[in-house]
Amino acid sequence: MQVTVSKGVGEKTTIPYSPIDMMATNERASSFTKRSIKKASKVQAINTAIEMIDLTTLEGMDTPGKVKQLCGKARNVVSPETQKQFMDHPQYTPVPQVACICVYPNMVPYAKEALAGTNINIASVATAFPSGLSPMEIKIKDVKSAIKYGANEIDMVIDRGAFLEGKFQKVFDEIVKIKEACEDKAHLKVILETGELRSFDKVRLASWLAMEAGADFIKTSTGKVQPAATMPVTLVMLQAISDYYEYSGKKIGMKPAGGIRNSKQAIHYLCMVNETLGPDWLTPDLFRFGASSLLNDLLKQLFKEYTGRYYYEDLFSLD
Amino acid sequence: MKAKIEKKNKKIPIKLIKSSKKTSGIKKKTKKAAKKVTKKVTKKVAKKNTIKAVTTTKVIQAANVKTTKNTTKTKTKSVKKGMIFNYAPAPESTKVEIQSKYNLYIGGEFVSPRTKKYIPCVNPANQKEISQIAVAGKEDVNIAVENARSAYENTWSKLTGTERAKYLFRIARIIQERSRELAVLETLDSGKPIKESRDVDMPLVAQHFFYYAGWADKLDYLIPGQEVESIGVCAQIIPWNFPLMMAAWKIAPALAAGNTVVLKPAEQTSLTALRLAEIFSEAKLPPGVVNIITGEGETGAHLAEHHDVNKIAFTGSTDIGKLILRNVSNTGKKLTMELGGKSAHLIFADAAIDSAIEGVINGIFFNQGHVCCAGSRLLVEESIKDVVIKKLKRRINQIRIGDPLDKNTDLGAINSKEQLEKIKMLVELGKKEGGEFWEREGSVPKTGNFFNPIIFWDQSGSCTLSKTEVFGPVLSIMTFRTTEEAIQKANDTNYGLAAGIWSEKGSKIHHVAAKLKAGVIWANTYNKFDAASPFGGFKESGFGREGGRMGMFPYVEVK
Repeated sequence: MQVTVSKGVGEKTTIPYSPIDMMATNERASSFTKRSIKKASKVQAINTAIEMIDLTTLEGMDTPGKVKQLCGKARNVVSPETQKQFMDHPQYTPVPQVACICVYPNMVPYAKEALAGTNINIASVATAFPSGLSPMEIKIKDVKSAIKYGANEIDMVIDRGAFLEGKFQKVFDEIVKIKEACEDKAHLKVILETGELRSFDKVRLASWLAMEAGADFIKTSTGKVQPAATMPVTLVMLQAISDYYEYSGKKIGMKPAGGIRNSKQAIHYLCMVNETLGPDWLTPDLFRFGASSLLNDLLKQLFKEYTGRYYYEDLFSLD
Repeated sequence: MKAKIEKKNKKIPIKLIKSSKKTSGIKKKTKKAAKKVTKKVTKKVAKKNTIKAVTTTKVIQAANVKTTKNTTKTKTKSVKKGMIFNYAPAPESTKVEIQSKYNLYIGGEFVSPRTKKYIPCVNPANQKEISQIAVAGKEDVNIAVENARSAYENTWSKLTGTERAKYLFRIARIIQERSRELAVLETLDSGKPIKESRDVDMPLVAQHFFYYAGWADKLDYLIPGQEVESIGVCAQIIPWNFPLMMAAWKIAPALAAGNTVVLKPAEQTSLTALRLAEIFSEAKLPPGVVNIITGEGETGAHLAEHHDVNKIAFTGSTDIGKLILRNVSNTGKKLTMELGGKSAHLIFADAAIDSAIEGVINGIFFNQGHVCCAGSRLLVEESIKDVVIKKLKRRINQIRIGDPLDKNTDLGAINSKEQLEKIKMLVELGKKEGGEFWEREGSVPKTGNFFNPIIFWDQSGSCTLSKTEVFGPVLSIMTFRTTEEAIQKANDTNYGLAAGIWSEKGSKIHHVAAKLKAGVIWANTYNKFDAASPFGGFKESGFGREGGRMGMFPYVEVK
């Protein structure tokens, strides 16, 4: 299906027809899980993965205290005292900070306070997260207030209802307007909620729509719907990013979110990015993991590489 | 534009910081560590570049921390460079017992050859000798066939199908149990990547034994309303590209039908077949039911010409196939042949391009292109030619070539020095015939038989590479404008083993598939094998089918 959307007065853009073969995509995605990343390359990959984390808490029961705790962890992933135990290892590099904290708008002020003086970004979900089923003016207000509170990254959701109904122009316009609302103050990530789009063809179409509308990043999921991020769906989006770069010269970022819980998975995602988009994308500027429990598993594996044994869980703080 | 300017400006302070010697103790340490890390990792990529990249990232990190107070967050973000991600070697452990010398497997035991001759087995990845195999002469072949005959008359043909099935199931289970050992041995001996021998070859080997074990007691239902019986002694000659898999494809249906076997593996790759002999003994298969004789072409010729052989099954080159055909005329021997190919791989403009690219990669680079059904002729609809070539190049550059035992290796070593020379010769010929070509960027290991993948396009259909089977990682790309032209060009070959079609339009796939003259046709996938699916070719690609119910037919007489 070919889709044309209007970009403004008299200007139109056509989303190219690019069907996706489900079986072949699954097969290709699973080929990355056969990569065996060991030793020095494992340490390197884990450190990079830590730098790419959007440390997330998106629960109805979030409190300022919880958010501050999380920010503390983001600043100081592993205490210097603990790190001292491994400094002599030849591959040791200081454990990096995470890229970003991702919270609800009301929690942004607390995150801002707790992260003052660092270069850790603050992302806020907005636009009536997670469903996106609210009037447009409320979505814009949602975004503006999050930015006012101090967010410099906005994770918006698309209106999946409109998308599935075939109202692509509505979806497109909403992203354009949210992008305008972000001005130059915030970076825009567009959540497609692939678990609700279901087919790869639709994921591909939604990815292109979002990129053409001005997304800086495209993101798989809210984390509230199953399945969340999977390797095949991420691969489809990475391929869309690759083709879009070819078409426009713009490098769009990718953020799989939800369901990435252990180091092995994270490393396989990095292999997939490396072999699909190349090393240019292996930076927090263009690739992020939306995750919470992933961080501690990365640390566990990192220290296993340094010391040759697993640490008891309590060495790393929960948040 | 804005972002670009920012980046440029941003680079200046980094350089300044880098050149000033204000590094603290810890920082020095990290620099050193980083260098060490990268040294270990960077074998294939230019060392200088990587070290530079890694160290700058470290310095940038430090710079960010220092300057955050004055700069806004969005600005500091845009400086990070991507990680150069080199996969450290991840070799499969090679603790597999290999004897220094292997004898012939005749009558259930290993016996030394009457010729007293042995030839070396070489690991194609490093040219080192791994072991030696016996060369069977005429006398040895006679003894092997005699043993097979006596086992056929006295034991195997007299067993019930259920009993034969028990042995086959047992063999299949042992293969599964020892699959890691077999995979490592296969990779050492043939140069194919461990990823393939582990995930493709060995599972299929076991599957073939399981599948045909199932047929052994159901022969009454093989052809409805017909009775069938076994043939006798089968001479089986197999190639070096899938050593153990070819052995399984041949031996399993022969035994299920009640025949006995003399198998001659290729001289380049006999070790896994000999390991299979050990497995037969472990499974207590009656002596003489399967005999494995090693040696060069001459051994094969003796076997094929032996008067007491009832059937010849041959997989290999078309030239040798023709020779065997001539030699067995005027004898009562039954024949099946699975020969060469120059299979067409069609991509229509309405295909899922990225998936089609994966299909092409799998089609021509699987097992270094040593696949009789390799999709070596790529036919692309003219309107998408440029994008296909562009994507193909990018994807080919991602192929990892190196130690076949490394779990991350995608393309292993060319099976033998002779084959490498043959590929080089054909490629040189191809280069002279006009058109364009492109070789994978980056080098291949110097020691061992490695060959960098190469693609050709804009050549005419009469060129060497469009006609001749290369049996290596060499792809020839041609274009078509209409479906009719695609079919015509696909069929314009003396071979007819396999074909692949990429299109998202189901009706088109069926229309084209019906008109292609090939024994195996894949739609939106390539190189998929299954024990239940018949495999074999049209025209000079051979006759007879292996796999599935069809695979039993060559091993039975219909009553």
